[in-house]
Amino acid sequence: MIWDPSSILNALLGGGLIGLAASLMLFFNGRVTGISGIYNGVFRKISPDFWWRLALVLGLIAGGAFVFVLRPEFMANNSGRSHIDLVVAGILVGFGTVLGSGCTSGHGICGLSRLSMRSVVATGTFMAFGFISAFLYRWLFL
Amino acid sequence: MNRAQVASSFLVGFIFALGLGLAGMTQPQKVIGFLDVMGQWDPSLAFVMLGAIPVHYFSHLFLRGRKSPLFDMQFHMPTRKDITPSLIIGGALFGLGWGIGGFCPGPALTSVGSLKPSVLIFVLAMTAGMFLFRIYQDLFQKK
Repeated sequence: MIWDPSSILNALLGGGLIGLAASLMLFFNGRVTGISGIYNGVFRKISPDFWWRLALVLGLIAGGAFVFVLRPEFMANNSGRSHIDLVVAGILVGFGTVLGSGCTSGHGICGLSRLSMRSVVATGTFMAFGFISAFLYRWLFL
Repeated sequence: MNRAQVASSFLVGFIFALGLGLAGMTQPQKVIGFLDVMGQWDPSLAFVMLGAIPVHYFSHLFLRGRKSPLFDMQFHMPTRKDITPSLIIGGALFGLGWGIGGFCPGPALTSVGSLKPSVLIFVLAMTAGMFLFRIYQDLFQKK
């Protein structure tokens, strides 16, 4: 097991920022910060919700660019996964998050904070299948 | 277009991205190291939830009593309570993809800011997956 105190501190602080962002969304706009649903909504028929959804996605990308410029190591990508793996993974993540009405942010952070039973079930399921999938990938291919 | 909603959503996205980057969620090998409990397990990402949930739990309790959010007439909170096969199958497919690629939607979109080809490929495929869902819905889930 890897037990790295500085990663743990960063995870706690980063988590705090994520919780703050979700809270600001609730305070300003009264909405759940579910990234998969918001991103999927950008591709729906133009509605009054189109612009804030697009703005949130652009905010994520801009924040990501800011992090990358300041601390490129925070976006180090040494997973060794091939492009084909990423295509398969991306299709599963895109299809699964819409079918399951949410991802790590909407179910895992916002839903669990609101003690939503649907989110408890969804989070338990995707965590369990994430464990299985990461294990099977190593066992089969590495 | 409500400008206050648009501007505040951009700010939320920006802060969310800073949190994901600091937390380590934008490093897929770290995510995979967290998910692979049976391997060289790196539990640090469990602390992302431990950092985020208490903050949002208390703020949501505090905000719940308000009549409306600042920039809208009413709250738009999810109201469904039913545990459906879609919820579970969707979660399972998402989990499988998460363990293969090491990306979930928020960190993937955040990492688009780095313009690395691997992340752009993932996001394109994720978008394709969302469109595939619509085709599936049109074919099998007649409303």
